[in-house]
Amino acid sequence: MSMATASIPTVERENYLNKHYGVGSWLFTTDHKRIALLYLLSITFFFFIGGFFALLIRLELLTPAGDLVQADSYNKLFTMHGMVMVFFFLIPSIPAVLGNFLVPLMIGAKDLAFPKINLLSWYLYIIGGVMMLHCMLTGGVDTGWTFYVPFSTAFSNTKVVEAGLAIFVAGFSSILTGLNFVVTIHRLRAPGMSWSRLPLFIWAHYATSIIQLLGTPVIAITLVLVAAERALHLGIFDPKLGGDPLLFQHLFWFYSHPAVYIMILPSMGIISEIIACFSRKRIFGYSFVAFSSIAIAVFGFLVWAHHMFVAGISVYAALVFSLLSYLVAVPSAVKVFNWTATMYKGSIYYDAPMLYAFGFLGLFTVGGLTGLFLAALGIDVHVTDTYFVIAHFHYIMVGGAVMGYLGGMHFWWPKISGRLYPEGWAKLAALIVFIGFNLTFFPQFILGYIGMPRRYYQYPPEFQVLNVLSTAGATILGVGYLLPMVYFLWSMRYGKPAPDNPWNAAGLEWKTASPPPTFNFDEEPVVTWEAYNYDELNRFPVKEETPVAR
Amino acid sequence: MPDSQLTAAHNPALLHHFAEPQQQRDAASLGTWVFLGTEIMFFGGLFCTYLVYRRGYFGDWGAASKTLDVTLGATNTAVLICSSLTVVLAVWAAQTGRRRLLIGNLLATLVLGTAFLGIKGIEYKEKFEKHHVPGASFQFNNVMIPGHPDQYANPSHAEIFFALYFVMTGLHALHMIVGIGIFIWLTVMAWKGRFTPEYNTPVEMGGLYWHFVDIIWIYLFPLLYLIDRHP
Repeated sequence: MSMATASIPTVERENYLNKHYGVGSWLFTTDHKRIALLYLLSITFFFFIGGFFALLIRLELLTPAGDLVQADSYNKLFTMHGMVMVFFFLIPSIPAVLGNFLVPLMIGAKDLAFPKINLLSWYLYIIGGVMMLHCMLTGGVDTGWTFYVPFSTAFSNTKVVEAGLAIFVAGFSSILTGLNFVVTIHRLRAPGMSWSRLPLFIWAHYATSIIQLLGTPVIAITLVLVAAERALHLGIFDPKLGGDPLLFQHLFWFYSHPAVYIMILPSMGIISEIIACFSRKRIFGYSFVAFSSIAIAVFGFLVWAHHMFVAGISVYAALVFSLLSYLVAVPSAVKVFNWTATMYKGSIYYDAPMLYAFGFLGLFTVGGLTGLFLAALGIDVHVTDTYFVIAHFHYIMVGGAVMGYLGGMHFWWPKISGRLYPEGWAKLAALIVFIGFNLTFFPQFILGYIGMPRRYYQYPPEFQVLNVLSTAGATILGVGYLLPMVYFLWSMRYGKPAPDNPWNAAGLEWKTASPPPTFNFDEEPVVTWEAYNYDELNRFPVKEETPVAR
Repeated sequence: MPDSQLTAAHNPALLHHFAEPQQQRDAASLGTWVFLGTEIMFFGGLFCTYLVYRRGYFGDWGAASKTLDVTLGATNTAVLICSSLTVVLAVWAAQTGRRRLLIGNLLATLVLGTAFLGIKGIEYKEKFEKHHVPGASFQFNNVMIPGHPDQYANPSHAEIFFALYFVMTGLHALHMIVGIGIFIWLTVMAWKGRFTPEYNTPVEMGGLYWHFVDIIWIYLFPLLYLIDRHP
């Protein structure tokens, strides 16, 4: 069956891209696939803005002296790097782009449950993004992305209120996306698509949506309190007036720790799809991988105070949160073991998506294990607020989440664009990203361990060698990120037309045309098979002229 | 299946991506409940903040709470409970195709909701006059802690109470205003005869939202007005 679909049409058939033309057909679309592309453009824009700030940070840290920017500017640079990357790139990245595109396709639905709300969520994101841009262009913020009080409410003389409101608005975009996914997954599955047949990508997005729905409102109200306190001089978080700054940290991290799982869970979903496809095997321990996503979402809500071990919480609370932080490592490890077991005795293909998946496995494992260092009370006291923490969360959020995002973009690019990307360049880019990433962030583990604090624009000369390595790595990493953008754009015009199922992959999204028609399927699919039925697919040999490099 | 396809083709309210009206109604219902779940977390952050300070500054908060007008608060509680009744009647009227009863109950809900906001406005005005609005002109000197005739309340701690009072009731009032907007729209739609026993999802969902906003008030009233009544 997959062979029949591999024929390349000579006349382009009607699909979601060519059905309507013009700016209006994009700005007022309710098609989840078009909204996904709107998100793709917007988050890529913010990714490069955040990357630009990162570049300036790394350039400043090339030398021990504070020579490129002043301390105040440096504070703004790392603050806006964090805010843009966390709230305007990482959190929307996979759910809003690949999730939006794939959730209805994978479960055999015509669209998300609330298409207009889906469009609304993009507009909310854009309004928040414009507010953030305005805030940056008119002076910026210097509180760190964490908005810690009382600095943010009483002392900072930068645009805290505007940045807070920008994130507040963007937060509702995230909530609405999560709401749409939960309802869609519950109510719009095709006949036969039972919960135990759902792709793990869907399970991961379901878990992510739970966090978005339950966590984001709390940061929203917290930012309202910060803005109100700053504007009206209330005393809710001000210790001078009897307020409790630790309460702010509790409320902030109640969302912002689970937010890390908003970034990593969808990425894990992608990795499950890629590893099964390029090992040509059913995923090992399907239900363990599925429920570990839910377990991460649940445990993820119970570990937030490990960000506050040195902030003055009681030692008993610290003990409990330390223990719970160890527990959240268990479902993550379950996933890694299952992915490894899936590859065991599989026929592994080294296509670009799989290279990103390999990268994810290594980098996520390093990031996760160093997270255990930080969950240990004693070591945490030593490395709190050092570059060790910076390196740790970049291994998760960049090494994990972004590697998964790029892997997914390559895997589904033929479906999204209807074109094949140049495989050789893609492999090269994956390699460059992996090398650049490790060169950037591994030295930061050592820097932090030997005592370099975060958020300083100057440092003692003995830290310079490692900082130069890190800056050099960041340059390589930047090239690695620019390359896919170039060849993806190139492929939209010059790439070979993609067959419906270029990878001979399982999953409903590969059973419709590339790119899919507006309502996704010409006839409503009926599912009669388990997810990842690669045993059946393998019976059909990969056709000679299938235009991928294998 | 031909039967459901027939009804689907003739039902203008059925959106293209749903197979049948029941699926569309289920999706709307689940979506509304999930949305209300996020609202609970939204107010939850405030309730959590309230709890921390109420435990820490119980006496000062009792003194501050005692300055609130329990009569007006209780009246407002009664007004909202009555409005929940009219909402239930509106939903029933929509489901049973009683158009005039539906419009009447929607209008009654609107009147009660506006009355609530009016009474709230009177209370806010009183706070301004007594300098109980947090900020530069806040005053709360020489107010005794209930049950401790020798102790004065700490004005800073009382100010946190009033800050939370305004944020919580203000956010609640904002939800009431949104609810009134929704109910005006529902009234217009009902006037145009859009709701039938087969299609009345918007009335039901608007009703769920209204009940939720009521329930928030049912918690706010004792938490804010009755602190020192049950020491």
